[in-house]
Amino acid sequence: MDIATKTSVEISVKSLNLWFGKFQALKNINIGIQKNQVTALIGPSGCGKSTFIKTLDRMNDLVDNVKITGEVVYQGRNILDSDTDVVELRKQIGMVFQKPNPFPKSIFDNVAYGPRVHGVRKKQNLNEVVERSLKAAALWEEVKDRLNESALRLSGGQQQRLCIARLLAVEPDVLLMDEPASALDPIATSKIEDLIYELKNDYTIIIVTHNMQQAGRVATNTAFFYLGELVEYAPTIDLFERPQDKRTEDYVTGKFG
Amino acid sequence: MEAKRRELVPLALLWGAGIATLVILIVILAYILANGLPVISWHFLTGEPALWGQTGGGIYSTIVATLAVTSISLLVAAPLSVGGAIYLNEYTKETSLRMVIRQAAEILAGIPSIIVGLFGFLFFVIYLAPFTGGWSMISGGLTLAFMVLPISLRTSEEALKTVPAELREGSLGLGATKWQSITTVVLPTALPGIITGLILGVGRAVGETAAILLTAGGSLNLIQSLRDPGRPMTLNIYNVLTEYRDTTTAYGTAAVLVIAILAITLITDLLMNSYTKKLKGL
Repeated sequence: MDIATKTSVEISVKSLNLWFGKFQALKNINIGIQKNQVTALIGPSGCGKSTFIKTLDRMNDLVDNVKITGEVVYQGRNILDSDTDVVELRKQIGMVFQKPNPFPKSIFDNVAYGPRVHGVRKKQNLNEVVERSLKAAALWEEVKDRLNESALRLSGGQQQRLCIARLLAVEPDVLLMDEPASALDPIATSKIEDLIYELKNDYTIIIVTHNMQQAGRVATNTAFFYLGELVEYAPTIDLFERPQDKRTEDYVTGKFG
Repeated sequence: MEAKRRELVPLALLWGAGIATLVILIVILAYILANGLPVISWHFLTGEPALWGQTGGGIYSTIVATLAVTSISLLVAAPLSVGGAIYLNEYTKETSLRMVIRQAAEILAGIPSIIVGLFGFLFFVIYLAPFTGGWSMISGGLTLAFMVLPISLRTSEEALKTVPAELREGSLGLGATKWQSITTVVLPTALPGIITGLILGVGRAVGETAAILLTAGGSLNLIQSLRDPGRPMTLNIYNVLTEYRDTTTAYGTAAVLVIAILAITLITDLLMNSYTKKLKGL
């Protein structure tokens, strides 16, 4: 786990444990997420990878009966502290969900949603931020003539890029992506992957994926989770080609998963 | 072949049971409308009631009374039921408090209306008389609110439950506060269901008789203020029948009532359908 020391670390996780009731879903996780890189989290279903990223923007707060110990240090503070301003945190650490979840509003209103709830009122400013965000999410050309149409009329892949645009409009530092392409067809998936690759210049990205090829294509570093443990964390190419742990090797060679 | 023929018997019985609802509705509607529609005229809708001891006359004052008690009940019950539903669905976890409140709503809905009326009589008409004016539109409207509340609360709660969790997460994930998420994403999405619930409640209020009988008074005079007693349409049907055997006015009033309820239901359905379509981007 020497990645953490090489370059600047955006999020540093120390001794993170998480329980749902009596079930321990995360066991002593230690990981340093590099700034302006894509970090992929892989592992079989139920291994804790989604639970892990939901801890990073405190989305697990929405679940009943959760107990969390350890530290997640971001910008010099443990975000798990009870006095953390969760609303402020989620502006900085944003999440793209597994299933595209556009609001039942127009394309424009979806992207303008974040700026509006954070107090941007001027039409001129909203127009700018909507255009900039849609361009950054590689969706502008496809929707610029129909910004007032319902977002639900877009295809699944377009909806997911809209959700990314919606997130970029809030100007976060970190993007958490929970299997963002799992509900999409191959063409839409490759567009999302290209986009992720582009975005890493400006954002720190953590992506949960089932798809190892996808991790290979977009991620600088990859972490392998298994049964709530972080088994191995290494530069992606090393993890795939020279796994240190038997369980990682079995997983990446397709013996289970 | 024998087995197949035996299958026909339950099928026919079940078909009959299903069709029965439709037939009963049609028979009642047809009967009321056949007898009531000929009575309805401009004079009937806008005219003054017959003098004491006489039959016939208009029902304008009873239409106004129905509008008054229904509006009051809606004004009181709508914020309470929607607010309560938001609290239950968005702010409480599946705890005993939530179950107790939900159970309370169900029991409240099941209390016979004459008993709710009795309470309204003792509390609003007698005890709070200095404020409500005794038998009055206010007393009747507040009593009706108790009957509208549980229906609207439960339907609003169901409507909120149908809003996908992903939409809430999406909004919170963008740094919106909980209240912002509720007002800008959850409520607009649940609106058709909530409105439908309120309309169900309005239907209940418009049609209620027993609770009104004990609280609204029965004066046929046109109300001058909400503290005046009045006679909503349902009560008018009851009164003209029991006092004068005036079936003509009873049928006419019933037809107006039925048409009003049908119109409210159909118009709301249409509006909500088009709203839902717009929401879905169709």
